[in-house]
Amino acid sequence: MSDIQYHAPKTIKEAVKLLAASKGKGRILAGGTDLLVQMKSGAAAPGIIIDVKKIPEMIGVSEKKGAFTIGAATPAAALGEHKKLRKAWPGVVEAVNLIGSTQVQGRASAGGNLCNASPAADSVPALVSAGCVVNIAGPKGKRSVPVEKFNAGPGKTTLKPGEIVVSLTLPARPKKASDAYLRLIPRTEMDIAVVGVGVSLTMKGDTVADARVGLGAVAPTVLLVEKAAKALVGSKLDEAALDAAAAACSAACKPIDDKRGTIKYRTKIAGVLLKRAALIARDRVNGIEHRGHR
Amino acid sequence: MAKIHVNTTINGAPTEFLCDANQTLLDVLRDSLGLTGSKEGCGSGDCGACSVMVDGRLVCSCLVLAVETQGAKIDTIEGMAGGDTLHPLQKKFIELAALQCGICTPGFLVASKALLEKNPNPTETEVRYWLAGNLCRCTGYDKIVTAVLEAAAEMREGAR
Repeated sequence: MSDIQYHAPKTIKEAVKLLAASKGKGRILAGGTDLLVQMKSGAAAPGIIIDVKKIPEMIGVSEKKGAFTIGAATPAAALGEHKKLRKAWPGVVEAVNLIGSTQVQGRASAGGNLCNASPAADSVPALVSAGCVVNIAGPKGKRSVPVEKFNAGPGKTTLKPGEIVVSLTLPARPKKASDAYLRLIPRTEMDIAVVGVGVSLTMKGDTVADARVGLGAVAPTVLLVEKAAKALVGSKLDEAALDAAAAACSAACKPIDDKRGTIKYRTKIAGVLLKRAALIARDRVNGIEHRGHR
Repeated sequence: MAKIHVNTTINGAPTEFLCDANQTLLDVLRDSLGLTGSKEGCGSGDCGACSVMVDGRLVCSCLVLAVETQGAKIDTIEGMAGGDTLHPLQKKFIELAALQCGICTPGFLVASKALLEKNPNPTETEVRYWLAGNLCRCTGYDKIVTAVLEAAAEMREGAR
């Protein structure tokens, strides 16, 4: 016997109503790769499970005037199979595709990765560097927030009671723009980032016209490192500019010591990965393919 | 709370079952439907022993709620052989002794089949990354990888 209720609403409105009425006992089910693990360990004991995968806006990828909107519950594998998305945002897609195993990829979503609010979430630094906007629906209507402002701390989001992340929008890309995500883990696959860095660049000739840098696993939330981006803009990604940007990344770190890495190591690696990711993003602008981690 | 009635298609056969809202697909497969080929290793999506296909996607059935599979097409290890005729992957696993205790084997086979349907000619690296979510604690990975590569070659030959 189980006291848990399961609902699979077909509209956002219905889902919001169910969640708001659950008085804090409701949990959103997207891919379930975090929620089910939490339920089994006793870390979560929802009274109502609201499966959002039957809501059209929350599953799939759409494109409008060059901007992509990703349904929050779209499985990671589906994003990897989306050729246009992969071409426009290779860094975002490679980051999403690093979450867990092939089996986990079949279920886990970027929206879930964001709402799980791990400081080491792989997709989030790439989404931050992409300038992603989070589209939210709640009892008081819709609102949107830049992704770097979405999380409040480890396991904590800024969602208000009854609010649901519906989708993620990646802005239209200028020409000669690309991105990259790199993470460091103690093994080659299936581990949690010691540091993760997302870099998005727009080039004008050999010069960086615009840049955004997202930095993960080194602070309570993923950081937008504006000083690192500033150090890259106007440069030709020469050693001095890369060193300055790397130093800005290291300076932004407020990491913890744990079994995966020390404070000192994480702080140094943040700069190292920034340099490598920036060069990969530039290569991609120039049509040179990179396979990222594989 | 009343049990929930779910209609699915499992290994091609229309199948219905009753479940609780918090029961996993793996629990229903094993305990309600008697399909015990899918194994529970970790129960948290780390080991891949419970791998099945749901609507053409490889997933851990321990991380899927049974109630979510209403209307879904599920393929398990039990549907892999055609009657008494083993799948080329199953034959290769036996021929190359790509198993010891066998607990991880159904998951490896289901995951490998999913790979070869997507990519009939994978490199060794691609096989290893694809199967990174399947753990073998007898540690026979080399034999498993070799078996997948040889089965792939045989299947490509057979498709000509």
